[in-house]
Order: sequence, then structure tokens, then C-alpha cells
Amino acid sequence: MSKENWGSRVGLVLAMAGNAVGLGNFLRFPAQAIQNGGGAFIIPYLTCFLLMGLPLLFVEWSMGRYGGKYGDHSTPFILNNISGGRALWKYVGVFGIFTNLAVAAYYCYLESWTLAYVWRSVSGAFTGYDSMAVSQMFTDYVSLGTAEPIVFWLICLLLNTWILSRGLAGGVEVAAKVGMPMLIFFGIFLAIRGITLKEGVDGAIYPGTEGLNFLWTPQFDSIWDFKVWLAAAGQVFFTLSVGMGSIQCYASYLRQRDDVALNAMSAGWMNEFVEVVLGAAILIPISVGYLGVERVIEMTQTGGLGLGFRTLPYLFQQWGPILAALAGMAWFGLLFFAGITSSLAMGTPVMGFLRDEFGWKREHAAWVFGGLTLLLGAPTVFFFQYGVFDEYDYWAGSVSLVVFAMLEIILFAWIFGMDKGWAEITRNADIRVPIAYKYIIKYITPIILIIVFVGSLLGEGGILAKIANKDIYAALEKATDPVEIAELKKKHLFVNASRWLLVAVFAFIAYLVWLADRKRKREGYIPVIRND
Amino acid sequence: MKTAALITMLLANGVVIAMAGYFFWRVLRSGPPDEVDEEKANFPRGG
Repeated sequence: MSKENWGSRVGLVLAMAGNAVGLGNFLRFPAQAIQNGGGAFIIPYLTCFLLMGLPLLFVEWSMGRYGGKYGDHSTPFILNNISGGRALWKYVGVFGIFTNLAVAAYYCYLESWTLAYVWRSVSGAFTGYDSMAVSQMFTDYVSLGTAEPIVFWLICLLLNTWILSRGLAGGVEVAAKVGMPMLIFFGIFLAIRGITLKEGVDGAIYPGTEGLNFLWTPQFDSIWDFKVWLAAAGQVFFTLSVGMGSIQCYASYLRQRDDVALNAMSAGWMNEFVEVVLGAAILIPISVGYLGVERVIEMTQTGGLGLGFRTLPYLFQQWGPILAALAGMAWFGLLFFAGITSSLAMGTPVMGFLRDEFGWKREHAAWVFGGLTLLLGAPTVFFFQYGVFDEYDYWAGSVSLVVFAMLEIILFAWIFGMDKGWAEITRNADIRVPIAYKYIIKYITPIILIIVFVGSLLGEGGILAKIANKDIYAALEKATDPVEIAELKKKHLFVNASRWLLVAVFAFIAYLVWLADRKRKREGYIPVIRND
Repeated sequence: MKTAALITMLLANGVVIAMAGYFFWRVLRSGPPDEVDEEKANFPRGG
């Protein structure tokens, strides 16, 4: 059993905030705000944060500390404990390992793009190219035109593995203490540059405030639109990294006399600071300044990734070679720090499970995690153009999170019991948690999560439509070019294959949980209860 | 910048900065929890 602890409270909060802060804070949030009513989006967004985000943070932190008391650092046996030993729940807990492994598999690749783009920015690789050429560079990059993507991907995997092998206090915490301040520093630099952009200077056609006007002008009609609320709930959900199992794992290394309420509040609001204050002040003001509102609306329809990787490197070039290099380094650097502090959090539950249940050493567990990430990530790298990356993102990075969060809050509030749950949340708390949260966690948050789940199940791009591959069939019906038809058929094959691969990974982890449970029973497992 | 946009932005940013700053300040201010006295925990007086 692992007996690690966090080195300091600030380190823990920064690591938790780093877990939550990801590329989505800078790429997804502004795109969602633009697509859902601009300034009015913030009202449903903050409401969902208070009614769904914070309650889930309280629940996951408490579950983690509770699990740590019995020496459990991954969700299968944390949920097993909380459910009072009901067998089914440890298999629900499989989500908390599966999601981290499957998301890390493609996320580390995404993280490696940012590292490669830091290098490209600093080395002046974009200098002298027009917007089409810079955009094409990204297409060539993900099409594996050179060995560069593979090299940076391997560097990223090795870096993650090495940091994880150094443990919580010596690795993850140090990375968070370096990464988070750097991220905020880079973010402030770019936000100031974006907001102070002047019309007619450095090729900008609008001032930076034009983008802010567009983003923050309230369109109150959209508040009555159910879709806006669904989008806000989805954004809050994904930005906080709830429903993954990584928060429970980090919190399981707390001592029993440690607070969870203030820590959860601090990490949660820090994520909001990065998202609402910094995330809104970079991508949109700069893009609108050069491209105009209409073009940016069009480009954010599929998210902010295209703007971030295809467009911004070109726009930075308008600021002169030195400032362009600095801005590129800051933009992709902050994305890298946002990425690595999240991917490290994904490694910890996998390692915790292997160490707790099979007695592996930390270094071995870290290298196995690195190896699994490499194997599972390889299809997303080599078959990116066939939609494998998006498929992982959809099933592991979206659907699994919603399902797991919905089930875990039902477990916590209704099976563990809200009285015991509330006692866990408020035990040794350094702040007074409003009693209203006891009822919000019991009634409101589960209802919101059920609505989010049903909302993601139905509809045009919903889970059911996705399972039926409706988008591919619709494209096939429209296609007339034999080459395009052949490509779509190939995509169909790869999409289905990647789904079966993910199902196989889930089943394999469930099998490991079954083995671990059998081992516990055979060895007459008695937990060493921590009362520190 | 338009007044409505400015007000919305300042309000949202103000709330988020204040809350993030306040809770982080509370984390910085609160010391580590009391150490458990292993001797007392394991061998309570009169036990």
C-alpha cells in the first residue's frame, strides 16, 4: 500500500487547480461563450458552477479523503467502501481508471502539439508564411508529414512518466508549483496584449475591445434557451475535471485531519479565474481584432482548436519577429503547462490502483502507465485523420465523465447517505460550508446531471446518433467522388475499431478489479485505517 | 467598449477574481493542521 502524502497545502491546491485547468480553459470556453449568447452565457455558466461544479468538487474531495483512510487511492475500491461493500459499485469505479488512461492516451498527444509549437514559435518556423501556409503547417503536422510529431509525442510521454515516477511531493507537486504560476504569467501577458490591440496597428482591423464587446455583450434572450444551459453545464463539467476519478485520487493522499472544503473551493475558483478572466481575454480579442466577428463565429463552430493552432501563430507574426516569438512561446507554453498538469493527474489513479492492489513500486507503476499511454495513444497519432482521436475524446473525455459523475453523486447522496456525506464534507473544514449545499448535493446536482446525461443521449449529435454513426452515413449519402467514399468507409472502420478498443480496455480494467478483489478476499484483506 | 459589455465583463471578472483571491488567501493563511501525538493516540492516559 502506498503511504505518500502531499508536501504542502499550497502544492496540493495548485496541483488540484492544475488538474482542472486544461486546454479547454483557453480553447473551449471562449468558443462556447461565443456560440451561446456572449455575455449572457456567464449567467448560466456561473449558476451551473455553483449548483453542479462546486457540489461535485465537495463530493469528490470527500470521497477521496474517505477512501484514503482505508488505504484506497483509486475509485473502484473507494466506491466499494462508500457503498458499504456492494459489489456493483467497484465496477462503476472502473470508470475512474479507464477515463484517465483513455484520456491520457490522446491528451498527451495534444500536449505534444503545444510543445512542438513552442519550439516552432521560438525557432521562427512561421516567419514569412501567409495564413494559408501556417494553417497548412498544422494539417501537415497531424498528417505526420515528418517525424517531428512522433518525437515531441515521445518527449511528452517520457516527461510525464519521469515526473510521475518522482511521486506526489517530489514530482506532481513541483510541476504544479512551476507550471501554474508560469501559466498565469503567460496568460496575463497575452491578455494585456490582446485587450490593448489597436485598430490599424500591426495589421489589426479592429481594436482588441471589439472581441471583448462581442464576448461580453449580454444577449438575455439566450438565457431562456435550454441549449445554452446545457452547453453551460457541459462546460462547467469538463473544465473542472470532475467525473474522472483524478480528484478522488489526489484527495486520497490527504491526511485525515486535513480540510477538504476550503481546498475544494480554492482549487475550483482558481480554475474559474484562469477560464473566465484569462481564457476570455486572449483567443477571442486577438482573433476578432484580425479576422472580424463573422469569421470568428464561423471558426469557433467546431471549437477553438483551429483558431488556437492554425490562426494564432499567423496573427502573432503581425507583431514583429521578437514579439511573435514571445507571444507564440507564451500561448503554446501556457497550453503546455495547462496540459501537463492535467495529464499528470490522469496518471496518478492508474498508478494508485497498481500500487494498492498489486504492490507495485512507484517507478514501475509510472513506467507501466507511460507504456500503456503509448500503446493506447498510438492509434490516435497514426490514424488521427480517420477520427480516432475524436472518438477517444467523445467516449472517454465526454460520455464517461457524465455517466460516472451522475452515478457517483447518487452513491454519495443516496446510498452513503447525505447525513454521513455532509459530515465528511464538513469534517475539519477551514470554512463554513453553507448548509444549502447539503440539499443541493442531494437533490439539485443529481437532477442537473441526469438532465445533462439525457441531453447528451438524445439530439442530432447525441450518443444514440453517434452509436449509429449517423454523421458518417449522412456524409456517405452525399458523397459522389469514389475517393471520398473510400475515405469515409475507412473512417467508418477506424471509428468502430477504436470504440471496440475502448470497450476492451474498460473490460480489461474491470477484470483487473475483479482479480484485485479476489486477491483481497483470498488474503483476508484488513485495511490499515489512517487516523492522521 | 459598449457599456453593457463592460459592466458584464467587470462584474463577472470581479466576482471570479474576488472569490479566487479570497479562498487562495485563506489557504495561504491557514496553517497546517495540528500534528497527531502518536504517543497519546496509541497509549491514551488511563487506557
